[in-house]
Amino acid sequence: MAIELIEGSLAIAHGAALCRPGVISAYPITPQTHIVEDLAKMVADGQLKTEFVNTESEFGAASVVLGALAGGSRAYTATTSQGLALMLEVLYNCAGMRLPLVMCCANRSLSAPLSIWSDQQDAMLMRDSGFIMGFAEDAQEALDLHIMGYKIAEDERVQLPYMVNVDGFLITHTFEPVNIPDQKLVDEYLGSYKPFQVLDPANPITMGCFTEPAYHMDVRYQMHKANLESTKVIEEVAASFEKKFGRPSGGLIRNYKLDDADTVVVAMGSITGLVEEAVDTLRGKGQKVGLLKIKTLRPFPTDKVREALSGKKHVVVMDRAMSAGYGEILGSEIKAALYGTPNPPAIDSFIYGLGGRDIHEDEIIGMINRPNPGTHRSEWVGLRPDLLEE
Amino acid sequence: MKEIRIHGRGGQGCVTASEILAVAAFLDGQNSQAFPSFGSERKGAPIQAFARISDKKIRTRAQILHPDFLIIQDPTLIGVVDLLFGLKEDGLVIVNTAKKPEELGLKTKAKVITVPALEIAVEEIGRPIPNTVMIGAFAGATGLIKIESVEKAVKERFPGELGEKNAKACRKAYNAAKEAK
Repeated sequence: MAIELIEGSLAIAHGAALCRPGVISAYPITPQTHIVEDLAKMVADGQLKTEFVNTESEFGAASVVLGALAGGSRAYTATTSQGLALMLEVLYNCAGMRLPLVMCCANRSLSAPLSIWSDQQDAMLMRDSGFIMGFAEDAQEALDLHIMGYKIAEDERVQLPYMVNVDGFLITHTFEPVNIPDQKLVDEYLGSYKPFQVLDPANPITMGCFTEPAYHMDVRYQMHKANLESTKVIEEVAASFEKKFGRPSGGLIRNYKLDDADTVVVAMGSITGLVEEAVDTLRGKGQKVGLLKIKTLRPFPTDKVREALSGKKHVVVMDRAMSAGYGEILGSEIKAALYGTPNPPAIDSFIYGLGGRDIHEDEIIGMINRPNPGTHRSEWVGLRPDLLEE
Repeated sequence: MKEIRIHGRGGQGCVTASEILAVAAFLDGQNSQAFPSFGSERKGAPIQAFARISDKKIRTRAQILHPDFLIIQDPTLIGVVDLLFGLKEDGLVIVNTAKKPEELGLKTKAKVITVPALEIAVEEIGRPIPNTVMIGAFAGATGLIKIESVEKAVKERFPGELGEKNAKACRKAYNAAKEAK
């Protein structure tokens, strides 16, 4: 194992390459990140043996990896923002066909207005797709989630695609220390891909076929059930990964100073590092604050969330995306998870950091200490009043 | 934690400079981070890059608002953009120029030192690219990173003769900055 200071995108490319996908397909220009550029370079330099397919669009890239998986090959793609939006039709098919794709998305805002900066709005397009959705805190976890992603997706109990969500720019363009595992360890851990059904002319089958009302709902139910029940596999894989590679990473949730906390911040993605700073600052002043990191959004870890937040006085949920016409997204799911539990905490929710809007520790402390806890729903933090005047 | 902001123009290698700085600190055994100003950079337009150095794990990814150090790669930016924005009063500004600090018109309580990085780059590398050279100057002016680590970082980044020339230029700027401070 070697620790190197590298760009997040390169760490992700290493993560993908270590899993030895037989096919990588991507649309090579905007919107894209250095991830596929780095992978293409590895292929050109002879460091990575894979079929690298440049396509005419993100729709094409998603179609190529879907076909590759149906043909029995491990496959990989990476995208972001509008590219993900263009892939969407194929990706819903990928989940419905139970194909264990691993895809990285550098989370960035959706147009309009056109923005290339970071938020998690694009990820929310995938929330109801059937993909398992992990969220990385830093470049290390982004790399690790690729390895864990294949392990989870290809598990015979799961057979669903896995989406590695990584905050665009904040992780993909930042240089930081990353431990790159040895190929041998990854090979031992992951093994080769064993598809449970393959398109084969000698033994014809149909995938993603037409279903009449008599069949459709039941197939969808099975997919949903497999997604829900993958919580067990995700936990197993987080444990086996930690044992094999020697560091905690991924999983369903992670806690920071949560046990004795009265107030708990709930957040996901790269912001959790800064929230830890805010927690430490407030603890230094005698305030019992903790952090619950959502590492997996789908399947939603309802039981874990209940367990972590039961008995707490106050919960502050941070959303880096919003549902137009409603507001909070993660906030709403946390509230739903706690509905019906005895003495639920007061819950506030905040929307922050859309389209790359910078956020600092004092703003997080401001959310935690807002007067009248429990009365703030989908409050937007960091808006510019000068732009909003009539 | 020490925070550094680098000012230059698109195409001058500000992001590479921030990367070299962070790698050098990392080679010293410190925690470090580098990132660009996340824009759609264009050649010639004013841009920024950032770096952090700390003895603890770096958990923030926020923009740097109150830098301890400024590295000005391109002196023609003085008076064009607000270079001194948020700079700590006890901070340090390192400017790539052959002029003296008092000739620059930088209104700040922070200390200003100048290093002729462009001239050093032309002399040693044969090209007017002062970006890595200024990291040598940073090492000399601050003592926060070792010059040996800067040399190693540039040699890793630019293999072969180019790396050797860059390393030599960095050492020269390091000595010039040590004298200037």
